[in-house]
Amino acid sequence: MITKEDVEHIGWLARIEINEQETVEYMEKLNSVLEYFGQIDELQTEDVTPTYHVAEIYNVFREDMVEECLPQETVLANTENKQDGAFRVPKIG
Amino acid sequence: MAKWMSVAQVKEKIKESSAEEVTASYLEVIGKSKINGYVTVSDKALEQAKKIDEEGHRGPLAGVPIAIKDNISVVGLPNSCGSKILEGYVPPFNAHVIEKLLAAGAVVLGKTNMDEFAMGSSTETSHFGPTANPWDLERVPGGSSGGSAAVVAAGEAPFALGSDTGGSVRCPAAFCGVVGFKPTYGAVSRYGVVAYANSLEQVGPLANNVEDTAVLMDVIGGYDRRDSTSIDSKTEYQKALVDDVKGLKIGVPQEFFGEGIHPDVEKAVWDAIHKCESLGATWEEVSMPNIKYALASYYIIAMSEASSNLARFDGTRYGFRENAENWHAMVSKTRAEGFGAEVKRRILLGTYALSAGYHDKYYLKALKVRTLVKQDFDKALSKVDLLMAPTMPNPAFKIGEKIEDPLTLYLSDVNTCPINLAGVPSISVPCGFTDGLPIGLQIMGKPFDESTVLRAAYTFEQNTDYHTKRPPEVA
Repeated sequence: MITKEDVEHIGWLARIEINEQETVEYMEKLNSVLEYFGQIDELQTEDVTPTYHVAEIYNVFREDMVEECLPQETVLANTENKQDGAFRVPKIG
Repeated sequence: MAKWMSVAQVKEKIKESSAEEVTASYLEVIGKSKINGYVTVSDKALEQAKKIDEEGHRGPLAGVPIAIKDNISVVGLPNSCGSKILEGYVPPFNAHVIEKLLAAGAVVLGKTNMDEFAMGSSTETSHFGPTANPWDLERVPGGSSGGSAAVVAAGEAPFALGSDTGGSVRCPAAFCGVVGFKPTYGAVSRYGVVAYANSLEQVGPLANNVEDTAVLMDVIGGYDRRDSTSIDSKTEYQKALVDDVKGLKIGVPQEFFGEGIHPDVEKAVWDAIHKCESLGATWEEVSMPNIKYALASYYIIAMSEASSNLARFDGTRYGFRENAENWHAMVSKTRAEGFGAEVKRRILLGTYALSAGYHDKYYLKALKVRTLVKQDFDKALSKVDLLMAPTMPNPAFKIGEKIEDPLTLYLSDVNTCPINLAGVPSISVPCGFTDGLPIGLQIMGKPFDESTVLRAAYTFEQNTDYHTKRPPEVA
């Protein structure tokens, strides 16, 4: 079961701000889903290998070629927060 | 101009008049829409159609209009994914499927409404409000490609593209009475499609009939080196359109007819199976014992992948940003404001399922269950050519009916999500009605055996008339 502290912790890991009231709401709704997920515990899976994806292809390589790419202005066009050809963000800490 | 036209009829109309006139007539219908199916109507569609007229109608879809789900990148049109966090974002590149469509001469009418980041089965979680089901405007169109299915059903586009992670093409197809197809994992490039759960999703067509579905598949299918899971199957989809099911063996998995299924849905699907039998196919019951664990496995995997994929939406490079004193606060506030409730729940649950101490219990366990579900499909499909079952256990529900309880909504994906875990192809075709609401028959096949799936769907369609019914409320 997820506790209030768990919700706060995963909120921090996922970088989603959660206020006091939301913490309680999330706790209830997430726990009801987790309770449902618990049913897979019934299955014995010690000897089963996990399936990450079903495409039977592994390690796709290609030649390292120089190709045309999007111009810098185009990539920066979707934000106002830019300076000297770079994205601008507030200081980290 | 007729409101509902097959692609062949649209092409005929373009020959008689022009691509510009055909596009204009669709834009007129869209202008009178009652369903909120489009998030963006393209202001370049007429210009594009005119250019195609001038260039002399080259390409298999020259001048044919199409609607695109709002998570597939089209240069110059906003790509919102139904979310506030992508406010103002306009992609500078086309998705692979869009490059193919444009090269074939198709005209993009606009971008269609969807559950936020494709997370939902009702199109109610969109930042742009819900889309109505053309058969009953108080009901949901299904989701997450609800806009794409609804605009096809309402005659606002001849066909459309959606994406299917756990049923997001087939569910709205069933609810709106149109055809929806999820190809084998790897058959269509995901390049330029905003990722929700990469290991599960495929782009797929929504259309008025199986033939148009195959026409679209012949354009969008095939290898693309920019998607490392892309596989060149060399399938010729239109060649599969053969009106004959003689000798085909159909498996009927009892697990898809579980508790809570609507009796009319059960009857319509059995009637469809018996129809195929009368046309020369045989059927037998098959057992897939791990299917009941598929939903939990699916949601754990999808949420885990989502928590990683959606980390890129941080307000830095595009879309909505909430300003704050430092980077962590800026990102945390941006994501708190920019994402809706369901998306945040899935990111939080996915983060939890991957976090230290819970990874093995949830994520790794779900991947192992996935193996067992895949083995159920392999085993069943080693004995039969196809599986048939209901797409959705119930018809479209009322807007607002299930949105407050996430788990209730998740349970509606019970018959569609196992297919994504196994990666097999699956189509939903109209097979009946209950109280005026459409019912979908789901036909599943072996990996890369799209041809047999399309052949069965085409034969069923040629010998029934469900796909010709139109919703009276929008006629």
